[in-house]
Amino acid sequence: MTAPLTPPLTDPLNGQTADRAARRGPAVRLESVSKVYGHGTNGLLALDGVSLDVAPGEFVCLLGASGCGKSTLLSLVAGLDAPTAGTIEADRDRVAMMFQEPALFPWLTVSANVEMALRAKGVAKAERRSRAAEFLRIVHLDGFGGKRPHELSGGMRQRVALARALAQDADVLLMDEPFGALDAMTRDLLHDELERIWRERSLSVLFVTHNVREAVRLGDRVVLLSSRPGRVVRDFPVTLERPRRTDSAEVARQAAEITDRLREEVLRHGR
Amino acid sequence: MAADLTSQGTAGRPSEERSGKGPEVAVDARTPQADIHARQLAGLDALELSVGQRRGFASRLWSGIWPVASAIVIVLAVWQGVVLAGWWPEYVFAGPVTTLTELADRMGEAEFYGAVAVTMRRAVVGFALAIAVGLVVGALVSRIRPLRRAVGSLITGLQTMPSIAWFPLAILLFGLTESAITFVVILGAAPSIANGLIAGVDYTPPILLRAGHMLGLRRLSLYRHVILPASLPSFLAGLKQGWAFAWRSLMAGELLVIIANQASLGEQLHFARELADSAGLLATMIVILVIGIAVDLLFGAADTALRRRWGLHQVTT
Ligand SMILES: Nc1ncnc2c1ncn2[C@@H]1O[C@H](COP(=O)(O)OP(=O)(O)OP(=O)(O)O)[C@@H](O)[C@H]1O
Ligand SMILES: [Mg+2]
Repeated sequence: MTAPLTPPLTDPLNGQTADRAARRGPAVRLESVSKVYGHGTNGLLALDGVSLDVAPGEFVCLLGASGCGKSTLLSLVAGLDAPTAGTIEADRDRVAMMFQEPALFPWLTVSANVEMALRAKGVAKAERRSRAAEFLRIVHLDGFGGKRPHELSGGMRQRVALARALAQDADVLLMDEPFGALDAMTRDLLHDELERIWRERSLSVLFVTHNVREAVRLGDRVVLLSSRPGRVVRDFPVTLERPRRTDSAEVARQAAEITDRLREEVLRHGR
Repeated sequence: MAADLTSQGTAGRPSEERSGKGPEVAVDARTPQADIHARQLAGLDALELSVGQRRGFASRLWSGIWPVASAIVIVLAVWQGVVLAGWWPEYVFAGPVTTLTELADRMGEAEFYGAVAVTMRRAVVGFALAIAVGLVVGALVSRIRPLRRAVGSLITGLQTMPSIAWFPLAILLFGLTESAITFVVILGAAPSIANGLIAGVDYTPPILLRAGHMLGLRRLSLYRHVILPASLPSFLAGLKQGWAFAWRSLMAGELLVIIANQASLGEQLHFARELADSAGLLATMIVILVIGIAVDLLFGAADTALRRRWGLHQVTT
């Protein structure tokens, strides 16, 4: 690979975030993390020396082509898989994850799926029920608690998964292309909700997406990953004032800049 | 969902073509607009949940009954045909009319119900014990790796063993008692049940295990809340197969192990042959067949209900 390794920016331009980071240290820290799938000559280097910090309360968007190791990175942070090399610091008990697919339990109702997040924490039954209803209301699915996952559309299932992840009441939220299957209208609405929840709970979010505008709409930083092997190519701070709109000119301009940069990466690969 | 409903760029598409064009919507108009969005969203959701058409009860009943009815008619016709062909005399191979009359007669007697009750009690006890054994063995084997290697193929081996081959040993161990029969019923059914559970555990979708793990479920709670429910369809298939094996083993047992003062279906079969009571023999066989099918249908119904609940049912043609 000829892609130069640009050191990730460790100075987010959001002063408040930087302040909190200094006090508590990063919520998630990856240091020279590599991941090889398989062994020997058949091994596939999915991630190569990825270093990345997510400050407490920071919203970081991961951008990269398909197959560049974004899901791999998230499952390493979640502790579902172990890195081949490097270290990852994260409080595993305070991490929630939304997978690329909804991953709902088909034998449970929508409400029971959300309640499962609370059950593992030992919350009493009556409270579980009312809190699940509240999270379903947040994702605009009130009244669907009694349905089974297969009775919902793909986008609705993804919203249930979001409710379930939120119900975990974690500090760090890992999201793997959570809104990829949604139509633009629903996506806009959930961006607003997610931003609100992120603010209110000062969550740290690591958000994977293919959509440059979505990344700019949501992120404090947009981190660009290269493909095969996955490396951090570039770290763009997004300084636009919130609330942002996906269809605003500023978001479009910044997205265009990043898209250009992404094209350069792709071209470099083509050579 | 339908295609993008606003003009916003979709994932991965270069997005600069829209930059700077078009009127900007004021940012502070957000709240009422979000409200409208929410209502539109509810509308979309309502549209998506298609209302399945349910056919009327009578037509469903009819479509369920006519294949069975025509099958019965075909069987009776072939049976009568064979009798009319005269290969065997009527007292050796009774015709449907004689047999069904005999069956109707028997169904008027208390003795018949006593025999059915004894057989069903044995079936239920044996099958219940087989479930318990199958569950324990299946759970242990699926969780403990070394045990898996040692016992896994042995269980499949046991399944292929004809249950009647166990009876000499069972009779040696327990004598001509009901325990001998129960022993063989358990050996017949438990391997299928254990295998069903093991297969279910093995094929638990990894994504659900990962989701359970992320929710903080570990070890026993993961087993209870994710692995066991996920293996339910496979376990149910094991139960269904286990029932078939149990019922066969039970009939073999009742033919071989005759216990005094314990009239049972197998015993009736045995004595009907001794007394060359062809109509009685065939009548008993019909009862055995019908009970076997009825219980199988029960498992089938449970399976269908489960699949419907999970959204696994196939499109009916
Ligand atoms: N369990 C696995 N075993 C072997 N290879 C794997 C495994 N999981 C992922 N890979 C490989 O690692 C690479 C990165 O996969 P990953 O799923 O992380 O990509 P991604 O960036 O999430 O892609 P997408 O955007 O399509 O979801 C791919 O080349 C994939 O083939
Ligand atoms: Mg992925």
